[in-house]
Amino acid sequence: MFITLSDVFQFMGRFFKEAFMPPYEGRELLKQCYDIGYKSLALISLTGFITGIVFTKQSRPSLAEFGATSWLPSLVGIALLRTLAPLLTSLIAAGKVGSSIGAELGSMRVTEQIDAMEVSATNPFKFLVSTRVMACTITIPILTFYTALVGMLGALLNVAMSEGTSARLFFQASLESITFLDITASTIKAVLFGFTIGVVGCYQGYYSSKGTEGVGKAANSSVVIGMFLIFIEEVVSVQFFGLFRT
Amino acid sequence: MVSKTTDIDREKVIEIKGLHKSFGDYQVLRGVDLDLYKRENLVVLGKSGTGKSVLIKIIVGLLTPDAGEVKVLGRIVDQISYRELLELRLKVGFSFQNSALYDSMTVRENLEFPLVRNQRRLTRGEVNSAVEEMLDAVGLLQTINQMPSELSGGQRKRIGIARTLILRPEIMLYDEPTAGLDPITCLEINSLINEVQERFHTSSIIITHDLTCAKAVGDRVAMLLDGRFERQGTFEEVFATDDQRVKPFYDYNFIQ
Repeated sequence: MFITLSDVFQFMGRFFKEAFMPPYEGRELLKQCYDIGYKSLALISLTGFITGIVFTKQSRPSLAEFGATSWLPSLVGIALLRTLAPLLTSLIAAGKVGSSIGAELGSMRVTEQIDAMEVSATNPFKFLVSTRVMACTITIPILTFYTALVGMLGALLNVAMSEGTSARLFFQASLESITFLDITASTIKAVLFGFTIGVVGCYQGYYSSKGTEGVGKAANSSVVIGMFLIFIEEVVSVQFFGLFRT
Repeated sequence: MVSKTTDIDREKVIEIKGLHKSFGDYQVLRGVDLDLYKRENLVVLGKSGTGKSVLIKIIVGLLTPDAGEVKVLGRIVDQISYRELLELRLKVGFSFQNSALYDSMTVRENLEFPLVRNQRRLTRGEVNSAVEEMLDAVGLLQTINQMPSELSGGQRKRIGIARTLILRPEIMLYDEPTAGLDPITCLEINSLINEVQERFHTSSIIITHDLTCAKAVGDRVAMLLDGRFERQGTFEEVFATDDQRVKPFYDYNFIQ
């Protein structure tokens, strides 16, 4: 366990060393941002929209008991931005992107494609790992805010159909309750979650072995370990940012 | 079939002394000594699992030895920095047993990949002409826009060799170049290895257990037995023996 942890920290150390030293793999970074970000949009949109609708619908009865249904836009806005959007986006990305990175790099390892890069005097860590970790770290925060926006649209649809609230009023009430700290905390969390997904997926894939079984294991571990770490980071960050709210 | 002979310079490009390598309790290499001379094709023979591929992976720095010294073009491989190792690898080409083509890239991109990363000042036109020239050299210019999955086993081997040659290495390491190929394609690959030696003036180590290949391409043959090179010489010299570890090899390939 401790040996593995030390390996992971070494891996992260190597990422920071390789990622910010020339030559840069800008084209590959853009390609990865496209693959990780743009190709996840459909799934993220659907999930975010449904979450917005369901969360609003489930919250209404509790608020209605106190005659406080007018608080729904604020409640939805805060819940989505503080927790639901970063967590949902990251969990979906851990499943979709993490497994894909783990399987891709694992497959490249067992078919000696990574060795082929090594022997052709190319640094495979820089080309494969640095670009994927950076792409996850960049795109997950963007996807998080996109999920929050789509979730708000879902919530708006539900509120508009039930209470007849206008879009202007809904967004005004939502945005008034969101603070700068909420946006900062959400961004930091999303960056952390994205980095985690990238590092876990790349680590599992890059060091996978044992043929096709190893590839499957790499993909599976990328998802399981990634999600586990995201939940732990969520708990820690909630406690940490809670200190600034009191 | 007659063994080939080439004028070989006596300058050593690879020197291996007392090389040991184990995986767990299994000792694969037990004191290997071997030299490769300039412009020589050296065939390394041996049964599966005797450490032939391990040997060339140590030469190129993919594996580290437990003991012994591997000197490539005057540099001791496990004593140089990573940056120096990358520079050395520019001069040492490695053709993998399964070709190891990048399966998400086209043939063109496979060949461009090492070139654009190691010679960043090349213009697009220069890259294109280098890729086309190398594909033409292996007779597969028509596959330039195909994906590796669309190629046959023999074509994949050729593209793998072309990708290695595009960096103009001084030394070529071939890992089982004819494994899994039909006899006709094997002959084509053997011819290609000889053409590469003549056209690009390379020194090569060819790992194989195909004696037809060994005879066709080898200036010298070394047989790996029990973790050491116990027989070295021309093809005829190596097999002029009653050693029961060597004889069945010949009998299987040429009598059966």
